[in-house]
Amino acid sequence: MIAELGLAALWLSTALAVLQMVSGAMGMRDGANSPFAIYARPAAVVQAFLAVLAFFLLLYAFAVTDLSIKLVATNSHSAKPLIYKLTGTWGNHEGSMLLWVGVLALSGGLLAGMERRLPEKTMSATLAVQGFVALGFYAFLLLSSNPFERLPIPAVEGGGLNPLLQDIGLAIHPPTLYIGYVGLSVAFSLAMGALITRQVTPDFAKVLRPWVLGAWVFLTFGITAGSYWAYYELGWGGWWFWDPVENASLMPWLAATALLHSVSVLAARDALRTWTIMLGVLAFSMSMLGTFLVRSGVLTSVHAFAVDPERGSFILALLGLYIGGALVIFALRAGSISEGKRFTVTSREGALVFNNVMLSAILAIVLLGTLYPLLTEAFDVRVSVGPPYFNPAGAIFAIPMFVVMAIGPLLRWKDDKPARIQFELALLASVVIAVIALVAIFGDYSILAVLGLALSIALAIAALLPLRGRNIRRVPVATWGMICAHFGIAVALFGMASESAFTSEKLAAVAPGDTVEVAGWNIQMESVDPVAGPNWTAIEARILAARGDEEPTILAPQSRNFWSPPQPTSESALITRWDGQLYVVIGDQAGTDANGNNRWQLRVWWKPFVTFIWYGGLLVAFGGILSIAGRVRVDLKRRKAVEMGKERREDMDALAEGDAIDGKGGTGGNTSAAEPEPAE
Amino acid sequence: MMRLILAALALFAAPIVSQSVYAQQAMPPAPYAYVQLEDPALEAEAAALMETLRCLKCQSQSINDSDAPMAGDMRHQVRSRILAGESPAQIRSWLVERYGDYVSYEPEVSSTTWPLFAIPLLLLCVVGLVLLRRLGKRRSDGPVSGEAS
Amino acid sequence: MRPIYLIPLALFLFFAGVAGYQLTQPKMQTIPSQMIEEPLPEFSLAPALENMPGASRSDFIGGEPRLLNIWASWCLPCIAEAPHLERLKEEGVEIIGIAVRDRPEAVADFLNRYGNPYTRVGADDISALMLEIGASGVPETYVIDAQGNIRYQHIGDVRANTVPLLLEQLENAR
Repeated sequence: MIAELGLAALWLSTALAVLQMVSGAMGMRDGANSPFAIYARPAAVVQAFLAVLAFFLLLYAFAVTDLSIKLVATNSHSAKPLIYKLTGTWGNHEGSMLLWVGVLALSGGLLAGMERRLPEKTMSATLAVQGFVALGFYAFLLLSSNPFERLPIPAVEGGGLNPLLQDIGLAIHPPTLYIGYVGLSVAFSLAMGALITRQVTPDFAKVLRPWVLGAWVFLTFGITAGSYWAYYELGWGGWWFWDPVENASLMPWLAATALLHSVSVLAARDALRTWTIMLGVLAFSMSMLGTFLVRSGVLTSVHAFAVDPERGSFILALLGLYIGGALVIFALRAGSISEGKRFTVTSREGALVFNNVMLSAILAIVLLGTLYPLLTEAFDVRVSVGPPYFNPAGAIFAIPMFVVMAIGPLLRWKDDKPARIQFELALLASVVIAVIALVAIFGDYSILAVLGLALSIALAIAALLPLRGRNIRRVPVATWGMICAHFGIAVALFGMASESAFTSEKLAAVAPGDTVEVAGWNIQMESVDPVAGPNWTAIEARILAARGDEEPTILAPQSRNFWSPPQPTSESALITRWDGQLYVVIGDQAGTDANGNNRWQLRVWWKPFVTFIWYGGLLVAFGGILSIAGRVRVDLKRRKAVEMGKERREDMDALAEGDAIDGKGGTGGNTSAAEPEPAE
Repeated sequence: MMRLILAALALFAAPIVSQSVYAQQAMPPAPYAYVQLEDPALEAEAAALMETLRCLKCQSQSINDSDAPMAGDMRHQVRSRILAGESPAQIRSWLVERYGDYVSYEPEVSSTTWPLFAIPLLLLCVVGLVLLRRLGKRRSDGPVSGEAS
Repeated sequence: MRPIYLIPLALFLFFAGVAGYQLTQPKMQTIPSQMIEEPLPEFSLAPALENMPGASRSDFIGGEPRLLNIWASWCLPCIAEAPHLERLKEEGVEIIGIAVRDRPEAVADFLNRYGNPYTRVGADDISALMLEIGASGVPETYVIDAQGNIRYQHIGDVRANTVPLLLEQLENAR
């Protein structure tokens, strides 16, 4: 019954998406005159409700392990802990696609329900585009990846979930990332709506901004969580592998980061119109491209991967329809949208443009490196593009970007004289030089790591400089958001550089009683014992780790063997200190020592400041939240002020009947408020 | 991360692979698969090389990040060859001779990989041009062109 | 319309073209060895079980072309290919086996159970020979000519339809 309800909800949502699309298109053509145009908004809202309902129904089916549903039977197991039954809902293709569609409908519903500032025609066009996008993904879900498919005969037991995924990371990482990916669909629809109706204005940018910021916050958080998850779960201490699937999440983030900065320029200065539209299209295109790369299997590696070519073709067709269509409209319309106001190099906009271009270049490098193997395989040649390519090629553009990122926020809008900020420039330059010199004296490290360290410290200082000479209490919340996010980038960069420069590694075969030493830590293996969990057995080491003379901490890394499906995993054990993390993994048995005791593989790393990578990511996301909060607060104040102004005017109108008080400000929304934008 | 999910999907498709990986663990690993070289300088050299060699049996992992038995055997090769005095470049080309560019994460300029290097250079030029065009005009705060429709 | 605005579209169409083409192609899942038409590297492997000799490069020199079969008792596809190797043996082909990361008891047990098509079985405990000849998995089968050159590589298990192919390659290698 649950499955049928879910399926019915999905089909209804599909019908509503058609209604939303047609009604929106009518509204776009005829404006408010079309009687049919009023259906777009309610269609989007009801659709959101139904799609989310369908997702919750599948969630329920997983919770009760309904083995008559094919998806549950292949991906779940009754002996799994409840939390992993639930998270298993999106640990597979169909379920994650339903989550994707649910979020898509939800963001469309929110947009339709809440956004009242845009001209009606633009809004109709936006809703039509959103409905059109949703329709394609409903079709994909229903026609080629139905999550609610029944088995003719219910299975006796489920196939189980990959042990690597039986982790709290799966509860957090994919949903946040998907909200980010799909949240960008709103930016896409808004950009298309504005482009079609030629309304690329600062007001449009103000409408667009919270959506971009919101999606970007989720993306940032999702990537950060995913990186930490891979770090502790894969058991080798790596936190970023430049794997195609990881790149698929990084590319929308890069595009969204560029977009949210160019949106700010458009909102504040009415410049960069076509550029903003292009990025709006690009950001969601990157989300869809990622989906294609992950699910079509064109880029997966040597692992045999049950790839349905039909699915790949379906998504590629959707890509062609949406990205291709958007780019055609862009090519036709972009010429009719002027670039907007001018500015000089040494201005806030100048710095933002520079960094936008740099972010786009990094995006291009990641895209090239990710897709290149696909291109060569067309000629039957297999190549690998990995960290040794991405790191330096990305750095070519990232380093100038970080330099300008340090200076940009100190500049004024429109035009500024470098001489005005010469103190800050001198300070930052001397910090960079001092750090490079200091690190170079202490050891021989890679250039990128040293530059990263120096830039991160300079960036951290630079992030706080906009506060200089200002009354801390009167700094707008949105500015705090920027400071927090930029500081977060500095923190994360510091963590990355420090991890890559200063990590100490120790691999050893040890018997109980043996001690290994790494970076001032004494690690003593006390014993190794078998343990068992609900769906696994493991050997667990009891390890005493102490730095210097301190009281030892007990660590219990495990080497687990799951039995459904059968697979070994390493459960690392971590000690987190303010200045880094100790990472301990127990491996297989490694023969016996001279006394006949069993020895075990032990891998130990001391990673100085590695945690800063994820603290930094969280700070960046938090900065985004602050920025949204600040904008919303300003916006609410403004709305209130406008309303009060309106009331007062009405009163005055009532008093002075006939007197012409041409409302320059009372016409609609917040268009009138001429308050300067909070600095960003 | 998403790659975990992918790995999961891959596993269902290839249960044979996962089982065989499991069974192979009955054999002790190669001597240098999980043992570092005594000399820290040589070990650092080996580690730097291993990070850039692709594990042939895994999903986008270097041999330095993998528990696959074959990755362990490759680590053993790298470490023992470094110990025997070979340079990292020699070992890399030894492997590339056998497996092609696929085994190395560090693409070298060749007939099949030149666009990987040409395109960033081209990009650098384009970026320079774009910046020059947008920002190069000194004080060109000219008349603001309106919405042309 | 300015041509510059067509660039994103052109790039996208290029990508879509390549991706679409790749979707129609069977996915490359194997890593072909680059050692085809190269001499078999020098090697010498200890016997993998008590009552059979080990394998070295010199065992491939002289006489007829031979097959080099990389396998293991822990490898399930190797069970599937066993009868087809038996057929090749019946055709008069000499097959030299390389047991990868395997224990003598397990090797003996496997051969008792699924037949022994080999004249020699060398033990490659640390994938040394695999790496030497560019093999990336188990099982793989190589055609080696009488001069000790690698002539052909078959990746994956030998199936019924692979047998004539291998026979043909052996004929070519004469």
